[in-house]
Amino acid sequence: MKLLSHIGSYFLLMGRAFSQPEKHSILYRQTMREIEKVGINSFPIVVVISLFVGAVITIQTNFNIENPLLPKYLVGVTVRDSLLLEFSSTMVALILAGKVGSSIASELGMMRITEQIDALEVMGINSASYLILPRIIAAVLFFPILCLLSIMVGLFGGYLACTLGGVMPPSDYVYGIQYAFYPYYISYALTKTVFYAIIITSVSSYFGYNVKGGAVEVGRSSTRAVVQSSILILLANLILTRTILT
Amino acid sequence: MIEVKNLFKSYESDFVLNDVSARFEKGKCNLIIGRSGSGKTVLLKSIVGLIEVDEGEIWYDHQKFSHLDTPSRQQIRKEMGVLFQGAALFDSLTVEDNVLFPLDMFTSQTRNDKLDRANFCLERVKVTGSNGLYPAELSGGMKKRVAIARAIALNPRYLLCDEPNSGLDPETGIVIDNLIKELTEEFQMTTIVNSHDMNSVLEIGDKVIFIYKGCKCWEGSRTEILKTDNVALNNFVFATNMAKQIKRS
Repeated sequence: MKLLSHIGSYFLLMGRAFSQPEKHSILYRQTMREIEKVGINSFPIVVVISLFVGAVITIQTNFNIENPLLPKYLVGVTVRDSLLLEFSSTMVALILAGKVGSSIASELGMMRITEQIDALEVMGINSASYLILPRIIAAVLFFPILCLLSIMVGLFGGYLACTLGGVMPPSDYVYGIQYAFYPYYISYALTKTVFYAIIITSVSSYFGYNVKGGAVEVGRSSTRAVVQSSILILLANLILTRTILT
Repeated sequence: MIEVKNLFKSYESDFVLNDVSARFEKGKCNLIIGRSGSGKTVLLKSIVGLIEVDEGEIWYDHQKFSHLDTPSRQQIRKEMGVLFQGAALFDSLTVEDNVLFPLDMFTSQTRNDKLDRANFCLERVKVTGSNGLYPAELSGGMKKRVAIARAIALNPRYLLCDEPNSGLDPETGIVIDNLIKELTEEFQMTTIVNSHDMNSVLEIGDKVIFIYKGCKCWEGSRTEILKTDNVALNNFVFATNMAKQIKRS
């Protein structure tokens, strides 16, 4: 019953969030602010993690493909497909659920307990639309860019493992990442990222917006937002992979 | 004028508001007083529509606010200025941007006109030279003043204040009270102030309503409050032993 109540409340809140904004100029300004907070500020963590994961996948794959009958360039193929199909979309989304999701939930939670959301409401402003919609738009616009960045940096990380670590000849790696490339994999990764962006921002906003109590509850809602977003990302990953990767 | 008629509100089986009716007049400071937990914040939040009452009517002049749909309520809310207990300034905005906020939202004035209006409101509440500061950098009294400036930015017809001097020293509290009174008279607003501070009652209470256990227990002026025979009100007003001795003498 409680789960159904949460699902109902979530969709009602999203209904309010996606209603007509007060002013399009304000929505634009808020969206730009959120792009900076949600997107640009996530650049460093995405770059660092992708760089190291790209390098590690390269080392591990090379370690596992020791058979002389298998060409070395298969390492590049494996690294590229791992990044495209799973890491740069799903793994990065899980990381962003922690970083962005907790930030959204705690910010909205603090706004709720300090009556800032009430202040918006009594001014006659649709607080859900004002606070949540720009975050969703910013994430939907910017998370795909982070996904592409992660793919590129991950591939570069693999290249560095080859050149600096001497794991395998860089020429084989570069040949491998170009071999049998399906452009559809990029569309697949970006499509998943858009869904993840909606899940992370809307679920976190829901938990933050509905905080009741004090600072302890804000912390709890932040944790709940990250956990629930992560579970939903994994569920969406399964469903999307089954439906669109054919 | 704001009027509430026969308001009822309960949580589970406990009545928080029990048949409360009152009329709050224009151009006057109408005070709702009572002990902590008596129901005065629920009453104020019901009046602004943040809490839905179980029964009863809320009228803003000739409009039955309690029975309006959300878009119609939003129109009335644009004519309200609300001062929250903790000021409720937007943390991410500077003092100037906080006051500009309602102007950005609801007017199509030029940037310069909006800035002029924001600066006028800030000067009116005696906050100058702090436009670039963030709420975290302000004292409690300053926060309340900026919140009042934001509340009056759109020339509201109704000003509602929830414990405006809570957390302030008595001297600063009186300054805030007097500011609310001056603005009420200057702009002829209908002002409702929620308070449990007797200094406020004696300083600005043109009309006082005493809420006790969710019921309206007494109504009168600040001069009448000192002479009343109402036991519950006397226990509230003359709470200290010294005050009780003064009352007896």
